[in-house]
Amino acid sequence: MARTKAASVDVKCSIRAPLPKLSAPCKACSTGPPPARRYDQVMARNPVLHLTERGLYCPAGDFFIDPWRPVPRALITHGHSDHARTGHGAYLATHAALPVMRHRLGPITAEGICYAETRRIGGAIVSFHPAGHVPGSAQIRVQVAGEVWVVSGDYKTGGDAISTPFEPVPCDTFITECTFGLPVFRWQPEAAVMAEINRWWAENRAAGRISLIGAYAFGKAQRLLAGLDPGIGSILTHGAVEATNAVLRAQGLALPETRQVTIEVSAKTHPGALVIAPPAALAGPWARRFGPAATAFASGWMALRGHRRRYGVDRGFVLSDHADWAGLNAAVVATGATRVLATHGYTAAFARWLEGRGLQAGVLETAFGQTEDETAE
Amino acid sequence: MNRFAVLFQSLDGTTSSTARTLALAAYLREAPEPDRLWTIALLTGRRPRRVITAGKLAEWAAEAAGIPDWLFAESYSVAGDLAETIAAILPPAETTTNRSLSDWIATLRALSAQDEPARRAGILAAWAGLDATERFLFNKLLTGGFRMGVARGLMQRALAQATGLDEATLAHRLMGDWSPDTTTFAALITGDGAQASRPYPFCLAHPLDADPDALGDPTDWLAEWKWDGIRGQLVCRDGRVFLWSRGEELVTDRYPEIVAAAQALPEGTVLDGEILGWAGAPLPFATLQRRIGLKTVSRRTLAEVPVIFMAYDLLEADSTDLRPQPFATRRAALEALATDLPPELPLSPLARFDDWATLAAHRQAARDRGAEGVMLKQRTSPYHAGRKRGDWWKWKLDPFSLDAVLIYAQAGHGRRAGLYTDFTFALWDGPALVPVAKAYSGLTDAEFAEITRWVRAHTTDRFGPVRQVVPELVFELGFEGIAESPRHKSGLALRFPRMLRWRRDKPAAEADRIETARALLAHPAPRAYL
Repeated sequence: MARTKAASVDVKCSIRAPLPKLSAPCKACSTGPPPARRYDQVMARNPVLHLTERGLYCPAGDFFIDPWRPVPRALITHGHSDHARTGHGAYLATHAALPVMRHRLGPITAEGICYAETRRIGGAIVSFHPAGHVPGSAQIRVQVAGEVWVVSGDYKTGGDAISTPFEPVPCDTFITECTFGLPVFRWQPEAAVMAEINRWWAENRAAGRISLIGAYAFGKAQRLLAGLDPGIGSILTHGAVEATNAVLRAQGLALPETRQVTIEVSAKTHPGALVIAPPAALAGPWARRFGPAATAFASGWMALRGHRRRYGVDRGFVLSDHADWAGLNAAVVATGATRVLATHGYTAAFARWLEGRGLQAGVLETAFGQTEDETAE
Repeated sequence: MNRFAVLFQSLDGTTSSTARTLALAAYLREAPEPDRLWTIALLTGRRPRRVITAGKLAEWAAEAAGIPDWLFAESYSVAGDLAETIAAILPPAETTTNRSLSDWIATLRALSAQDEPARRAGILAAWAGLDATERFLFNKLLTGGFRMGVARGLMQRALAQATGLDEATLAHRLMGDWSPDTTTFAALITGDGAQASRPYPFCLAHPLDADPDALGDPTDWLAEWKWDGIRGQLVCRDGRVFLWSRGEELVTDRYPEIVAAAQALPEGTVLDGEILGWAGAPLPFATLQRRIGLKTVSRRTLAEVPVIFMAYDLLEADSTDLRPQPFATRRAALEALATDLPPELPLSPLARFDDWATLAAHRQAARDRGAEGVMLKQRTSPYHAGRKRGDWWKWKLDPFSLDAVLIYAQAGHGRRAGLYTDFTFALWDGPALVPVAKAYSGLTDAEFAEITRWVRAHTTDRFGPVRQVVPELVFELGFEGIAESPRHKSGLALRFPRMLRWRRDKPAAEADRIETARALLAHPAPRAYL
C-alpha cells in the first residue's frame, strides 16, 4: 500500500474534503439553560438518520451506521468492537479499516472505500472522511436531497503519527461522540506525553525494573510504539497487541521492532524492557511474571486521579484517541452544523453546553462506549 | 512550591510504599525547615485556616474558566475532587512562580485577613502563576484534606529515616496541640519541645477473626467490655485538664462533666478511656452523637445526654510515663487510683474468665450490657504506639443484618470518582419503601462498576448529584446497633451500616420490612450494673 506520510497507514486516497466554513462561536452562556433534550425533541420531521433498536438507520439508503445488532447493510466508522460488530450482511468501511476488522470479526462480506470517495446508496450519497481516532477511522457523511448529516464515530483533533488526521466536514447535523465532553479533560501535546513516557521507561530501566504499560490493543498500542524511543531498550508485547501489530505492519505501518512475550521472551531475557499489554492483562495473572514492575496506563481517563488510583497503577499517562473538551468544541464549530446530537460520553452536559451556545442540540442514546472501549478507549 | 510539587509527584507516581517512604524521607532531610514542618503538619491533618468557602472557590474558578456553574458542578461530580476539578478547568498558567510551600501558606494567611474582593484577586493571581500540579496542591491548601497517599505510619517511618530517631518517639512528638506557628522543626522533632497538653499515641487493637484458643493460656490475658463511644485520653498536667479524642481533636470544652470530675485526679496523670453516653447504663452511640458536634453544651443537653469517661488504662502517673510497664501493672495502679474518683470517671470493669468458653459467653452477652464485644489485652503488654499485632485484640459481636432495597445512588470521591458508591437503602413499610440507612462500603470495585452501569441505565430521577433508581437491587446490610431516632424518616438510626453482600438472588419484594428492624430495637435494654 502506498504511503504519503512516514508512518501513516491509509492513504491510498489523499483527496481531502473542502475546507470547512467556520461559524463564529457564541458567547459562553453562564446562566444555566434547561436540561439537554432527547434527540427526538430536536429531530427533523424526515431525518436523514434516526435511531432504531439496531442502531442509527438511514431510511433513504436503507443502511445502518455502526449498528449494535445484526443488519443487512452496515457502514462502519472504525474497527473497535463497540462500532464494528459481527453478524451484519454486508460491511462498508475504509480500505485502511478493513484488515483489522477482518482480523477481529473473521470472514465478513466487506467492501472498501477511499476517504472522500462518494458513493450513492439508494437515495443517499455517502462518503468517509478521516476521524484521526485510529488507523482507518472515519466520519461518515450522509447526504439526502440537500441535507447533510455527519456521524463522527470516534475522533480526535490532536492527531498522532499513525492515523490520517481528523478533517472537519461541513454539515447541517453533526452526530458527535463526547467521551470526554467535560472541561476537566484537556490534553497535552502528544510529543510532551511521549517524552514523559520515554523518561519513565528510561528511569525504570536504570533502576533495573520492567516498565509495564496498559494500552488498548488496537490504536493506542501502536500509537505508543510510534512514539517510543527504541534506543532506550527492548519493546515486548502481549499476544493481542502483537497480532494487531502484524495486521497493521502488513498494511504498511512502520513500527519499531517488538517481540511477543512468551516463555522464552521474558523479564530475564530482556531486562529493563517496556511491555505493552491490554488493560485487562495488566490486572491479571499474566502481568505477575514480570515481578515488581513499574506499571502505567495510557488513556484519557488518566486525567482524573481517582480513575488512576482505582486502576492501581503507578503512573497514568494522559494519552487519548478521543477529542478533549477543546477539541470537541472546535470540531463542532468547524462543521458549521446548526444541529448537534451527542452520543456516548457526557452527552447530557455537552448537549446542554452547546444549547447554551445557541445550537440546537440533543442526546442520542447509542450503545457505543459500552464495551472494552469504555474503560480502555 | 516546586520542591513540594516534586515531592507530591514522586509520592503520587508510585504505588510502592517503600518508594514513597524514601521520597518523603529525602524531602524531610533536604527541604528548608519551615517547609518540612508544614509538610508534617499537613500530613497529620493540621492545615491553615480556611481562607474561603468551597462554594466561592468553585464560583471563581468557573468564572475564570468561562464555564457556567452547572457545568462546573457536572465536572466536579465526575472528577470527585474539588481541588482537582479547579486545577483542570482553569486555562493554562500565564506565568511561572517559584515560591516555597511556607511562603504560599503565609500568602494565604495574609489573604484571610482581607475582604472578599481582595481574596478573590489574590487567589486568581495565584492560579494564573501555577502549573497544573502546583495549582492542585494550592487548591488542597485552600480546601483542606491533604492525604497524598501518605498514611500516618508512612510519614513517621520517613521521618525516622530522615532523623535517625525511632518511630514510637516520633509518633509521640507529633501528637497533640502544635502548629507550625507555635513551634519549629527543631523544637518539635529533635528538641522535644513538649507541651503540657500532649497526649500519647493511642494503642489500637486488631480485630480477632478466629477463635481465641489460638491465643494460648487464658490466664495470660485480661478482658474488658468493648464500649461504643469515643476513644479518648484525659491529660492532667500543669494543673490543667485536656481531653483528646482519638482523632487528635481537643474536645475538653465539650464534656464539662468529665473535666470537672478530672479535678480529682493527681497532677501528672494521663488516662486512656472511652467517652460514653451514660444513664446508669450506656446510651446508644446515636444519642452520644448529639454532643459530638457541640462546642458549647446547653444545660438541657447536659441533662439529656450525660457522659462519663470510662477509664481503660493509666499511661502516666506522677508525671512518669508508664507505657513500657506491663498492662497488669498499669491496671493495678489504675484500680488503686480509681477507688476514690467521682462517678463520671469509672473504672472499666474486667470481664473475668478462666477459660475461653467463659469469655465466649461474655462476648455473646455483650449486647445486654450495651457493649459491642470484648477487648483482650495480654497481661505483659506494654502500651504500644499505634496498631501493633499480637498484644491487644478486639473481639466484636457479629453485626445485625437486614436485607434492604437500593433507592438512591450518588457518585463517590477520590479513587471512587465517577463510580456510584454512596447508596441510600430502604425497607418496606406497608406498600412503600422508607429509607433507613446510607452505606458506602463493603463491595468490591468490580461490583461498584457493575452497579454504576446499572444505575446509569435505571435512573428515574435526578436531584443534583443524587440519582433515584428503580427499586430493584437488594443488599444485605450489616450494622453494629440500632436505636430510635426522631431525626430519621424511618424513626431508626443504624450504627455503622455497610454492605455485607449483594443479594442478587432476592427480588425487592422480599427485602425486609421496617417491623423487622423495629423488632431489633426490642432487644433487652442494657441493665445498669456499675
